[in-house]
Amino acid sequence: MLSKLVCKRVLNHGLRLTTRAASASTQQVVVNRKPEVKYQKLFINNEFVDSLSGASFDVINPATGGVIAQVADGSEKDVDRAVKAAKNAFRLGSEWRRMDPADRGALLYKLADLIERDRAYIAALETYNNGKPFKDSYNIDIPHCIAVLRYYAGWPDKINGKVLPVGGDFFSYTRREPVGVVGQIIPWNFPMILLCWKIGPSVVTGCTTVVKLDEHTPLTGLYTAKLIQEAGFPPGVINILAGDGPNCGGSIVKHPDVQKIAFTGSTHVGKIIGAEAAKLVKRTTLELGGKSPNIVFADCDLDNAVEMSHFALFFNQGQCCCGQCCCAGSRTFVEEKIYDEFVQRSIERTKRRKIGDPYDESTEQGPQISQEQMDKILDLIDSGKKSGAKLVAGGRREGDKGFFVQPTLFADVKDDHQIAREEIFGPVMQILKFKSIDEVIERANDTEYGLAASIFTKDLDKAIVVSNGIRAGSVWVNTYDNFDPAAPFGGFKQSGLGREKSEFSLDSYTETKCVTIKISERNS
Amino acid sequence: MTSFISKAPHMEIKYTQIFINNEWHKAGNGKTFPVINPSTGEEICRVEGGTKSDIDKAVEAARNAFRVDSAWRKLEPSARGTLMRKFAELLRRDIAYLAQLETLNNGKTLINSKIDIMGSAACIDYYAGWADKFTGETIPSTPDTFIYTRHEPVGICGQIIPWNYPILMLALKLGPALACGNVVILKPAEETPLTALYCASLIKEAGFPPGVVNIVPGDGPECGHAIVVHEGIDKISFTGSVEVGKKVQENAAKSNLKRVTLELGGKSPLIICEDADVDFAVYVAHEAIFHNAAQNCIAGSRTFVHSKIYPEFIAKSVALAKKRIVGDPFDPNTQQGPQINSQQFKKILNYIELGKNAGARLECGGQKAYDKGYFIQPAVFSDVKDDMIIAREEIFGPVMCVLKFDSYDEVIERANATNFGLVAGVITKDLTRALKFVQELQAGSVWVNTYAAMKFQAPFGGFKQSGQGRELGKYGLEPYYEVKTVVMKLLSKI
Repeated sequence: MLSKLVCKRVLNHGLRLTTRAASASTQQVVVNRKPEVKYQKLFINNEFVDSLSGASFDVINPATGGVIAQVADGSEKDVDRAVKAAKNAFRLGSEWRRMDPADRGALLYKLADLIERDRAYIAALETYNNGKPFKDSYNIDIPHCIAVLRYYAGWPDKINGKVLPVGGDFFSYTRREPVGVVGQIIPWNFPMILLCWKIGPSVVTGCTTVVKLDEHTPLTGLYTAKLIQEAGFPPGVINILAGDGPNCGGSIVKHPDVQKIAFTGSTHVGKIIGAEAAKLVKRTTLELGGKSPNIVFADCDLDNAVEMSHFALFFNQGQCCCGQCCCAGSRTFVEEKIYDEFVQRSIERTKRRKIGDPYDESTEQGPQISQEQMDKILDLIDSGKKSGAKLVAGGRREGDKGFFVQPTLFADVKDDHQIAREEIFGPVMQILKFKSIDEVIERANDTEYGLAASIFTKDLDKAIVVSNGIRAGSVWVNTYDNFDPAAPFGGFKQSGLGREKSEFSLDSYTETKCVTIKISERNS
Repeated sequence: MTSFISKAPHMEIKYTQIFINNEWHKAGNGKTFPVINPSTGEEICRVEGGTKSDIDKAVEAARNAFRVDSAWRKLEPSARGTLMRKFAELLRRDIAYLAQLETLNNGKTLINSKIDIMGSAACIDYYAGWADKFTGETIPSTPDTFIYTRHEPVGICGQIIPWNYPILMLALKLGPALACGNVVILKPAEETPLTALYCASLIKEAGFPPGVVNIVPGDGPECGHAIVVHEGIDKISFTGSVEVGKKVQENAAKSNLKRVTLELGGKSPLIICEDADVDFAVYVAHEAIFHNAAQNCIAGSRTFVHSKIYPEFIAKSVALAKKRIVGDPFDPNTQQGPQINSQQFKKILNYIELGKNAGARLECGGQKAYDKGYFIQPAVFSDVKDDMIIAREEIFGPVMCVLKFDSYDEVIERANATNFGLVAGVITKDLTRALKFVQELQAGSVWVNTYAAMKFQAPFGGFKQSGQGRELGKYGLEPYYEVKTVVMKLLSKI
């Protein structure tokens, strides 16, 4: 079955999984199409509480457009309450500050175990709220969360400082201390994954956090809050709010007791947050948008290149800083020699892409997240049609219920077309032609973004030269969307600041203190 | 002479054979050796005695498990960590049985056996966390090259451990070796093979592929030696005496230059300054020497006390030593069990005689306790001089040696006047003095206002003849990987 083939390719290439999870098939899992929504309140100090204003907001199922829950709407006063709880949990002498580092790790291992226990339910809830195919939630998103938490869990007692080779009669060393109360704002495209990418480094470095879930997709985050309580985290260490960007998110960014902000979202909002955070010199990390180049050379394995390029764009309904995905391979540069063949095969593949009910085993593509996103995508498709690019597949809304957009493919795209410059965040693939290496590197870099890139070639030299030349935080060769927890991820230029996952994520959650003690006589 | 009555439960000993390739084997030459209960001197059971032919078999299994494309070589780093954490979980699951077995075979108190097992599990967990975190490097170079380092497993690691902490030593050795992806042939001490063999069953239960961990019980001269000289073994890690350690290094070099790390003995100084709280110092010094029936490479076996507090220190140490309860390690009130065997027992009693003959003052203890087993009453010698044998040689028995000092410069020199250099302790409140001691004491670990502060996160090992290389911490990984430097030239840039 094609979907199984894609799944297998995906599992082998992207989003590294444990060997056990990779062999799971959703056919053995009882799929819950209408999972019960259990937690709809704000999670502060290990308790579920209403918003202080009493307000709540609707949560939509994007496959139907219908309301599936009402969730407490957090705003400024709730943020204040959460920050107080986080600050209290961080005070000198608190249980959290006194805890053995290895025990912080043990809590994360416990949380990972609980997520694994409830994998089927959480995956169903993620699909219910976000629209991503259940087989992706179950086989990719949730196992990745578990792997990330288990990766981070090993770090707390390994974050070493240094003893320094100073001159004079001094003994100098560094301590890597937690930065303090952190505010973490996450988007709607990978609700569970991004929650885990955020709480991981906060916990291992000993910080306390106030997380704001996206108002489109709060359900799995609030369920995870319950697991956090069950795992035994002390109250106030992880607080989870739901609310909008400007009021709730804005309050977190502005709060004087929040030392650091981590934001994943659009470049546009990222700039606003960066500017606001700068007023209080807050440490800031940003994971923003992308228009990532996917470069296909004539000497590639063409089958692999076509399939991976398709996946690179369309995964997660195109909603990936990579599909609905920040790092979506949304500019596919194909070498002249194989251009026609590549376009032809891509058309076939795109037309075969199965869009529909996210709970259906054969579905590859679910709905976009919202009416607003769908409208934006359709607008950009229009601009593509008007620009002179060749529409060769899709191009319209699918059906009239839910927010489905047909898998869409444009060939003969030019660098200055709007669809080649702006992040679409939808299932719209652009194919451009190139002749030479130097030319394609320059064109690939001709963007204010710099999140990811990929190269398809068999040639060793090309792989290294092009990887060296592209200004992007992640460069994938003959693969895409590899998100191993041990590998850093983040953007060059306006795609962001700082890195997530891996050892490199720890720097932004620690503050280095240098201690220098006078001694009677220094000897080497 | 008090009669010794054992409270040891009747125990079923399940595993007495050689563990290779996840299977149990009899010895190639058909011989077994007795395993003794040091509380009674009686035989517990017999265990298959591995020799060269068994080591050859183990090497073949290990080599097969390590070949390129094997299950172990292809396993994701994080999955190695998962297997290790499973092993740790099983250690905790079976702690009741394992602790009893450890106490039956080694004689340490049941309480301490449990502490050792919890520590072993924590050590394995610590190293499990490293499996997917230690990195190679990319190195800045000219634009026409790409340079990076790979940290590859060394290969087949021989590990020889002693009898004083059977399970803990096994964990300390397996942890870094497995985290780095190596395969192992481990020889437990001849005196204490039983818990190692039980751990082998847990390794299999945890799901490690066959041949990754092989455990071969046997003696030093035939079994241990076969490991040390084997041309197919890539690395040896040995914990034991200096005397044997020197032979290990020599033979490792002569055979195939296998990489060597050694954890050897000590005659570690504990320096108690005039500003120390005497009660606190007495307590620390007491534990520093007497813990584990003083069978510790890190034993604080030269207690230097400032003359100003010397008389008070002696009086209180003697009182504390007299109160130490020596007896059946299964009794929850017991603080000190027997020495490991009759050889050690005789050696210690002999040292006590030498101490008396040299003119040191035996303040208390020093005699045999009970009519069975190898129990010795904790001894305290005062007025010990640096040149006495009891102040120079490692006794490995419950004999506290107290020496007096006046000046701090002098005591540092005296503390360093030894071929050993494993650990040192200092008790003082003065910041500058503490940092001076830290800087000038020639020891791999220096402990301030504490003792035996072994943490898995921090490296441990000896200066001088106390050893070579470090165990524990991130440093503990270094002996277990081999660095490969890769340089790729870019043809298009020439």
